[in-house]
Amino acid sequence: MKRATLCAAALLFAACVPVATRAQNPGTVFIQNATVLTVTHGDIEHGSILIRDGKIALVGADLKAPEGAAIIDATGQYVMPGIIDCHSHIAVDGSVNEAGPAVSSMANIADVLNPDDINIYRDLAGGVTTANILHGSANPIGGQTIVIKLRWGKPASELPFQGALPGIKFALGENPKHSNFEPPPGVQPRYPATRLGVEEVIRQAFIEAREYKKQWDDYNQRKAAGERNLIPPRRDVRLDPLVEVMEGKRYVHAHCYRADEILMLIRVANEFGFKVRTFQHVLEGYKIADEIAATGAGGSTFSDWWAYKMEAFDAIPYNAALMADRGVIVSVNSDDAQEARQLNQEAAKSMKNGGLSANDALKLITLNPAIQLGIDARAGSIDVGKDADLAIYNHDPLSVYAVVQKTLIDGQVYFDRQRDIAGRATLAAEKQALLDKEKKAAEAKKAEENPEKKPEPKPDKKKKPPQDGGGAVASGVAGGAL
Amino acid sequence: VKILNFSSRALALALVLAVSLAFPAWTQNVATTYAIKGGKVFTLAGPTIENGTVLIRDGKIAAVGAGIAIPADAQVIDATGLEVYPGMFDPVTQIGLNEVSAVVATLDVSELGDYNPELVAATAVNPASAHIAVTRASGITEVIAAPGTTGFDLQSGGLIAGQASAFSLAGWTMDEMQINRSVAMVINWPSIQTRTFDFASFSIKEKSYADVKKEYDKSVNTLGDWMDRARHYAQAKEKGSPALYERDLKLESLVPVVEGKLPVLVIADEARDIRNAVDFCTKQNLRMILGSGAEAWKVKELLKDKKIPVVLAPTNRLPEQEDTPYDKPYTEPSELFAAGIPIAFSSFGTAFSRRLTQYAGTAVAYGLPHDEALKAVMLNAAQMFGLADQLGTLAPGKLANIIVTNGDPLELQTQVRYLFIKGQLTSTDNKHRELYEQYRKRPQPAR
Repeated sequence: MKRATLCAAALLFAACVPVATRAQNPGTVFIQNATVLTVTHGDIEHGSILIRDGKIALVGADLKAPEGAAIIDATGQYVMPGIIDCHSHIAVDGSVNEAGPAVSSMANIADVLNPDDINIYRDLAGGVTTANILHGSANPIGGQTIVIKLRWGKPASELPFQGALPGIKFALGENPKHSNFEPPPGVQPRYPATRLGVEEVIRQAFIEAREYKKQWDDYNQRKAAGERNLIPPRRDVRLDPLVEVMEGKRYVHAHCYRADEILMLIRVANEFGFKVRTFQHVLEGYKIADEIAATGAGGSTFSDWWAYKMEAFDAIPYNAALMADRGVIVSVNSDDAQEARQLNQEAAKSMKNGGLSANDALKLITLNPAIQLGIDARAGSIDVGKDADLAIYNHDPLSVYAVVQKTLIDGQVYFDRQRDIAGRATLAAEKQALLDKEKKAAEAKKAEENPEKKPEPKPDKKKKPPQDGGGAVASGVAGGAL
Repeated sequence: VKILNFSSRALALALVLAVSLAFPAWTQNVATTYAIKGGKVFTLAGPTIENGTVLIRDGKIAAVGAGIAIPADAQVIDATGLEVYPGMFDPVTQIGLNEVSAVVATLDVSELGDYNPELVAATAVNPASAHIAVTRASGITEVIAAPGTTGFDLQSGGLIAGQASAFSLAGWTMDEMQINRSVAMVINWPSIQTRTFDFASFSIKEKSYADVKKEYDKSVNTLGDWMDRARHYAQAKEKGSPALYERDLKLESLVPVVEGKLPVLVIADEARDIRNAVDFCTKQNLRMILGSGAEAWKVKELLKDKKIPVVLAPTNRLPEQEDTPYDKPYTEPSELFAAGIPIAFSSFGTAFSRRLTQYAGTAVAYGLPHDEALKAVMLNAAQMFGLADQLGTLAPGKLANIIVTNGDPLELQTQVRYLFIKGQLTSTDNKHRELYEQYRKRPQPAR
C-alpha cells in the first residue's frame, strides 16, 4: 500500500507542481521596489529590474514598468542573483558512482539526468537556479559532469546550461582509495589503496591520453596535408575526455581534502599541461591557499563540515575566508540536496568566521561559482545582459530569517511560495481521490477473484494485534502488495 | 625577585605546557565571583532587564537584576552593548563519544547487541575531545551524550542503547563536567522498513511486509518483556533479601525506567512508529520523550494528549516523503508549539552541534515565535530531562552556564563574546581558531 501511495504521489506531484508554478510566456517582467543585491555594483534600495525575453534588460532605482509587463511587486523584499551550487548530485537517476574501474572517464552524468527528481524543486525553493551535477568520488578519475539550470517541469533535454563547458570529476584521498568501507565478501579490494596509488592512476591515465592525443594530432595533421588512405586511430571513449581536458575543452573538478594531495594534483597537472578548474571540498585549502591561487584554480568548499572522516579533521569554518584572503576564487557548495536549500545561510557563516563582507559572502554562492564554472558572462550577478536567474527573499538573504518567495530562471517564475502553499489542498485532495480509486479497484478485483466470498471491510491494521503465520497474514500480504 | 628552584620551575613549565599544548585552557581565571554588568539580560524567567547585572559566585548564579551591588571581590565583565543569556543546551549528541565519524577506533557510540540498558554514556566521554571546545565556542554550554543515536555519517545501534548523560562543556575530567550521569534511557524504536541497505552485498534488499512486520512485532514484544522483567526484578529486590535474587545489571538499570523515575528518549520518525511507541510507553507507564520525530506533525493530537515533549530532528532537513510540502521540516517546530507540545532543538550529532542556533533560527523564519525558539535552545531541554532546577534560566541558585553575545544568538553572524561554564570565565579558543591563527600568519611561499 505504501509503495503504491508513493508512486501515485510521485506521479501526481511531478504532474501538478510544474503546472501550478510554471510561468506563462515570460515576455516582459518587471520586478519593482526591491532591495536589489547586484553583487557587482552594490545594493540598490527601492530598485527595479526589467526582464526581456529571459534576460536582464535594465536595473536601477528610477525605472518605470513598461506597458504590458508582468509586474512582480517586491516591496520590502530582497532580490539577489539565483544561487549557483558548484557541487550537487541532484537530478541524477540512480547511483552517482561508476565505482568499478579506477578511471571511469567514459561514464557521463549527462546521460542519466532525471528531470523528475523532487530535489530539483526543493532546491529551487531554496533559491538555487544553477547546479554543477557531478559524478561521485569513488575513483581517482571519475565520470563526466554537466551544469544544469533547475528548470523544474522541463524534460531532461532542457535542463543543461547551454554553453557551459562540461567537466570531469577527479577524486583524491580517502574516497578513491576506498578507506572507509570494506569491499563485499569475496571481492578483492581495488587498487589504489593509498594516496601514492591515486597519483599513479591519474598520471598513468594522462600518459595514455597524451599518447592517444598525439596519434590523433598526427592523423589530423597528415589528413589536413592531403595524405590519402590513412587509417584513423582507434577511438577510446575513456581517453577522449582526458584529451579534452588537455585541450582546455573540459573542466577538471577535483574532490580533495588534504593539502598534500592538492599539491600532488597541481604537480601532475603541470606535468601534463592542463589546469584544474576547481578544487572541490578542499577543506585544507587554507593551508596552501597561495599555491592554489597561483594556479588560478577555484576552491569550492563547505561552510563548517568537519570531523566526519580523518581527512576532514583539520577542516575549519574559516577556510572560505582564508582562501579568499589569499586570492583564490572561492565558492560554498552543498554536495547535498538539503544543504543546497540553505546555501544563503552557509555563505553568511563566512562573515562570522573570517570576517568576509556581506557582498563577498554573497559572492560565495553567486558570482564566484559562476566564474568557476565559466558562466559568469551569463549568470552570478544582476547585470544588464545576463540571464534573469533571480531569487527573491522576504529578508536579507544573509539572515537566518530569510525565506525565498520566488525563484526565476530565464525570467520565468519557477518557484512561487504563495502558489505552492495555495496548491497544497488541491494536491492533497487529488492524491486522496487517486488512493480511493485505487482502493476501490483493488476491492473490485478481489471480489472478482473470490466471487463466492463477500469483500470484507478492510481491517484497521494499526489496531490489529500482532499475528503469527496463518491465513490472516497471507491476506495481509495481498493488502501490502497494493 | 624570588628565583624558583629547579623543581618548581620544572613544575611551572610543565603546567604551562599542559595548559597551552596538551589541553586548551578552558579556565582563564580562578576568580570565583564575577559580575556581568551593563548588558541586556534575557533571563528566560521573566522580563528582559536593560542594563542588568548577573552576579556569579562559587559556580552558581547569586543574583540577577538591575542595580545590584557589586561586591568588592568580584571580577567585573563589562557587557555594555552586549546581551546576556543562559547558555545553550544540545540535548541529543554524541559529543565525547565520537571524534572522527569514519574512524571506528574513535567511536564509543554504538555497542553490539540490541539490549544494553546498563551502558552509560558518561563512562566514555572524552573530556579532551576537540569537539568540546569547538562546540562551546558557539555558545553551547551543556549537552547530553546519547549512546546508540545516529549522527552525521553514524549508524545507530541497539534497541535499548543505554543511558544518556548530561554534562557541561568544560572541565579537566568527566567528574568535573558531569551534571547528571543518567538523564534518559535511549530506545531506538524499531521501524518497519521493507527496503534496507545491505552492507554485505552493498545493495538494497527488499523484504516482504509480512516478514518485516514479524520482525517488528518480535522486537516490540521483546522490549515489553524487558520492562516486565524489570518490574519483577524490582519486586524481588524490594521483597526478598539479596541472597534470593541474582544481581542483573541490565534489569537493575531498567528499574528506574519502569518506576517512571528515568524518562525514555524514544527515537522515532515515521508517524506509525511514533504512534506505536506512544502506545507502548502508555501501556508500560513510561515517561516518554520523543526524539527526532520527523513526522511528529502528523500525530500532534496524540502527543499533546499524552503530554509527550519532542526533541526535534534538525530543522534543516529534507521532507520525509516526495509529496510532503517542501517546507514541512521548517514549519514543524511552529506547528508543534502551536499545538501546545514542548519542543527542544538538537543537532543529533557531534560536528554539527554548533548548528543548533541555525536550526532554531530557520524555525523562526517559518513561524516559531523568537522567544519560544530561545527557550527551545536554552530552557526546554532542561525541563524535559529533569535539569531545570540547575539550568535553563538566569535565576539565583542555578548553575552559572551563561553566554554574553553581541546580538541575537540565533542569527548567523552573532559572536559569543564571553562564556561562563559552571561559573568560570571560559575560553572560546579551540582547534579551529588555533589553525586559523596559525595559517593566517603563514608567509607567502617563495616562488
